[in-house]
Amino acid sequence: MYDSPTLETKLDTKNIKIAADNVQVYYGETHAIKDVSVQIQEKTVTAFIGPSGCGKSTFLRTLNRMNDTIDICRVQGTILLDGENIYDPRVDPVQLRAKVGMVFQKPNPFPKSIYDNVAYGPRIHGMSKSKADLDQIVEMALRRGAIWDEVKDRLHSPGTGLSGGQQQRLCIARAVATEPEVLLMDEPCSALDPIATGQVEELIDELREDYSVVIVTHSMQQAARVSQKTAFFHLGNLVEYGDTSQIFTNPVDPRTESYITGRIG
Amino acid sequence: MTDASISGPAGKPQLKKTSGSLLELDKGTRRRNAAEKRFRIYGMAAVGVGLIFLLVLLFTIVRNGVPAFTQTFIELPVELSEAKLDKSGNRDVEEIKKVTTFGYSGLINDALAASLVNEGITSPFKKASDLNKLVSSSAAAQIRDYVLANPDQIGKTVNFEVLASSRVDGYEKGRVTRVALVNDKNLDAAHLDVADQLKAAGTLKRKFNWAFITGADASESRPEQAGIGVSMLGSLFMMLVVLVLSLPIGVAASVYLEEFAPKNWITDVIEVNISNLAAVPSIVFGILGLAVFIQFIELPQSAPLVGGLVLTLMTLPTIIISTRASLKAVPPSIRDAALGVGASKMQSVFHHVLPLAMPGILTGTILGLAQALGETAPLLLIGMVGYIASNYPDGIASGFLDPNSAMPAQIYEWAKRADPAYYERAWGGIIILLVFLMTMNIIAIILRRRFERRW
Repeated sequence: MYDSPTLETKLDTKNIKIAADNVQVYYGETHAIKDVSVQIQEKTVTAFIGPSGCGKSTFLRTLNRMNDTIDICRVQGTILLDGENIYDPRVDPVQLRAKVGMVFQKPNPFPKSIYDNVAYGPRIHGMSKSKADLDQIVEMALRRGAIWDEVKDRLHSPGTGLSGGQQQRLCIARAVATEPEVLLMDEPCSALDPIATGQVEELIDELREDYSVVIVTHSMQQAARVSQKTAFFHLGNLVEYGDTSQIFTNPVDPRTESYITGRIG
Repeated sequence: MTDASISGPAGKPQLKKTSGSLLELDKGTRRRNAAEKRFRIYGMAAVGVGLIFLLVLLFTIVRNGVPAFTQTFIELPVELSEAKLDKSGNRDVEEIKKVTTFGYSGLINDALAASLVNEGITSPFKKASDLNKLVSSSAAAQIRDYVLANPDQIGKTVNFEVLASSRVDGYEKGRVTRVALVNDKNLDAAHLDVADQLKAAGTLKRKFNWAFITGADASESRPEQAGIGVSMLGSLFMMLVVLVLSLPIGVAASVYLEEFAPKNWITDVIEVNISNLAAVPSIVFGILGLAVFIQFIELPQSAPLVGGLVLTLMTLPTIIISTRASLKAVPPSIRDAALGVGASKMQSVFHHVLPLAMPGILTGTILGLAQALGETAPLLLIGMVGYIASNYPDGIASGFLDPNSAMPAQIYEWAKRADPAYYERAWGGIIILLVFLMTMNIIAIILRRRFERRW
């Protein structure tokens, strides 16, 4: 048996981007997230895995305060982004979400043109001074979303007319257009076919160079393919967190082992 | 993976073996098919009954209402005698005004008698004034207005097209018979003989009557002159008030309730009460308008402004309910997408949700307006019904503040009057009202089709 915690500390040369400490989330009376403490590194893909209803999506949404839109949801504990508590009363969630972008489970382009989809974020944040500026931002984002070549000739046709995989990459392009530091992805491939999934996974791997990416996934193969770190959630608890290779080959907790071998879940 | 552990060799549940071939219907299937067939027949019968009612309704409306759009006119060369109209001969309008319409009816009677002689029509009447009943009493006013506008025409003979009296018109439309005239002091059967001959001579004609669509209401004794135009303007001014007030208030209220308001018991109470308001009888809004707008705030009675305010109260719940429904229909993923790129709540609503809900909102608004346009009961209570003697409102302010009627109230008023000629006009008014309502509904459908988006 390896002593995995020491191994982890040895390999940790990267900075901590997000540090969650003792996070509790309640939906009304339900205690959805219990005592979760996790440190997410920058320029790394971190995967959250676990059975349905284990709280992985809920925890993801606490990271950019999307849970604020749900009236009955309460969050306790601290989540530090670059050392600043995002639940501090002085923090405006709108400003936070510009830094922590999000891609959703179902591709959800605005029913507008491809160009306007990507340009919307930069526009409302006043990131461009001129039309040419904006054009450049849009092109950059679409290139990063690995969809530029497919759409460059029809930037002004509706985004909803694209295929599912293209729509999801458009959504990723839209998310990176505001130049976030962290990109949260809530099961981004669950509505896609294997080929589109492959393209998105490749894209996630490229995005790692600039962002820290947190991805929630149902597919353990996907977690193994794209992530460097993996967190396993079960019944609202963070059971185990470590290097992906270690989690999948040598889990410490028996529950993790049961899950990845298919005995629970 | 979980599935793999469950689906062991536990064995399939043994199905009861059904006997017989698939090519034969068993008893249960036959019964089910029969029930299905019966249900379809019930459905078709229900639709059929509805269609029959609709057809009967439309047929009746058209049959009774169409005659109101034509009117009988008599072509009459009238000699504008200087001796009677302008004794001093200096064409001074102030002096000409002294001659009342009474003075003009003599001219008309003489003109009628002369035209009978010209056409070689034998008249059983000795005196020219007996012919008076053939012509509408509006004719004298019509000629007087002409003379006052063109004093230089005095002394000449001018061709006028005057309205025939409503009894003659009714005879032309088959509503009045000789038998019915026995007890009618407004017209004698002998007049009808003259009318027949005038018609044969081409002097008496039935034509499309624009004045019915554009004109003002007339007194009880001259239905032939009455038109729906002024009350149409009254309706228009009311609808302007309703649109300008209810659309912004309704949309603002629904956006707040749907997107921003916390979900607690206060908003629940508000929600229930909005639904209740939509079910309140419209006459209740009428009496509320009477008490608040007219008696308390002391706005002018019978004014389209007050009517519009009352109808706004009535339309608001409809608009709020339909706006909230169309806001709810915008998928939450759009809101998430906007929030996810760092839009504020308000930006997500105004940039994305509201534009997507717009077709629904507009449709609801137009349907609410259409409902308000056809509403009569509240208008009864604020005095927008009755004989409005004033003609066209002069200017916008007077359009909002002067006493006026509205189309449905005008129809109600006509239907109330004794003369059958007014009954016909009530049906005609209903046709015009229905044309307006249908136009609005078609606009609503076009808007919905045009701006409907898929996601």
